Amino acid sequence: MGLSSFKRALWVFHVATGSCNGCDIEIVAALTPRYDVERFGIKLVGSPRHADVLLVTGPVTRMMAERLKRVYAQTPDPKAVVVVGGCGSTSGVFYESYNVVGPVDQVIPVDVYVPGCPPRPEAIIDGVVKAVAKLERVAAGEKA
Amino acid sequence: MSGVHLVWQAAAVMVGSGVVGLVYKGLDRKLAARMQARVGPPLRQPFLDLGKLLMKETVVPRDAVGWLFSAMPFLAAVASFTALLYLPWGPFPPILRGYGDAVLVLYLLAVPALAMALGGFASGSPLATVGGQREIVMLMSYEFPLAVALVGVVWRLRALEVGPAFSLATISANPLWTAVGPLGVFGLAILLGCLLVVTPAELSKIPFDIPEAETEIAGGLMVEYSGTYLALFYLADAVKTVAMAALVVTLFIPYGIAAPLGVKGVGGQVLDVAFFLVKVFVVMFAAVTTVRVAMARFKVDQVVRGFWLQITAAAVAGLVLLVLDKAVMG
Repeated sequence: MGLSSFKRALWVFHVATGSCNGCDIEIVAALTPRYDVERFGIKLVGSPRHADVLLVTGPVTRMMAERLKRVYAQTPDPKAVVVVGGCGSTSGVFYESYNVVGPVDQVIPVDVYVPGCPPRPEAIIDGVVKAVAKLERVAAGEKA
Repeated sequence: MSGVHLVWQAAAVMVGSGVVGLVYKGLDRKLAARMQARVGPPLRQPFLDLGKLLMKETVVPRDAVGWLFSAMPFLAAVASFTALLYLPWGPFPPILRGYGDAVLVLYLLAVPALAMALGGFASGSPLATVGGQREIVMLMSYEFPLAVALVGVVWRLRALEVGPAFSLATISANPLWTAVGPLGVFGLAILLGCLLVVTPAELSKIPFDIPEAETEIAGGLMVEYSGTYLALFYLADAVKTVAMAALVVTLFIPYGIAAPLGVKGVGGQVLDVAFFLVKVFVVMFAAVTTVRVAMARFKVDQVVRGFWLQITAAAVAGLVLLVLDKAVMG
């Protein structure tokens, strides 16, 4: 079981930390019949307690930083973080803005970056699948 | 019957129903995906999900009432599995026949919902508390039409004097459709319809998934559950789906296929069990899968009003038709 169980059954929780909704719409687009991530066992869940992967969008505003940390802490191990979009990866157009504390990797550890403004659903799926590698590493580490 | 024999049979039914429940969950998801023009997850997806959940960390929140929070997933799973021991499986009578009847099955089917609500209250999350309150309100609204449907069947059966009417073995051995007149058939059809409406509510599936409502209350009752505990609720849900569909089959379509086809012995029994599983699947497909694809979520007040007024009125009408049928048929 172990490693392969994450490969085919990833539950994803979406955290918007002040994004413009562009990336959020693309995440939802990945669920539509055209892309249908459920065929890979990827499911969007409503609570971080159920999640294996956190999809973080947005540049992390001052108000959201504490909440993002809390959501990260609420997610049970093993977990991975995927940043979706240019804002979360590099602060994007909000670079050095007064009310932004991001990018996301300044707040919580990040495993995969998916750049783009917004990234295409294919790229988001690719990012989530890459996060499996991290989960595998953690699962293997726990066994050793 | 010897104790060893009983344990052996019970274990077979429990493992079998667990597997069947998960396979049916996979079929449900696959068929729902196909109806939405998607490819959908593989059939073994529920097994993969369960395996993965068992790998995950199980968190007990600091604000939770620990023992209650931890006990409820086990109670839900145990009650779901126990309900199956009181239900007949095709040609085989209930394993625990003589120890409990149809009323006990109704109670056992209500226990997982209560366990989820209690677990939600114990988890210390306001979202779960809202979910728990919604679950209890729903429980109070759909239990009445469910009881009326059951009582209708049992009352008519009692009038036929074929044995202990509340026993599920008696109910499944005496299909009512051919034993009643045209009025009774009409009444039974109405009761079957009511029971099919109650089924998705009993299982908290769309359009009655208001206690879980991912988009408003983030998973509601389940919001704080993770890892092994979530896996237990997942399994309980799969098994309860089979139990509820099996109850509908037992009450209204307890027909076998082996006798009409003239197959006897072990082959006939295998055929009957397979046919029983097909019937359970058809009930699940009709009452859960198609409904959840076709509809959106109701509001809780709509559900309560609908079950207390319309569905109860329909169920009572069905019951009255059965009574009139008895008066006509004598």
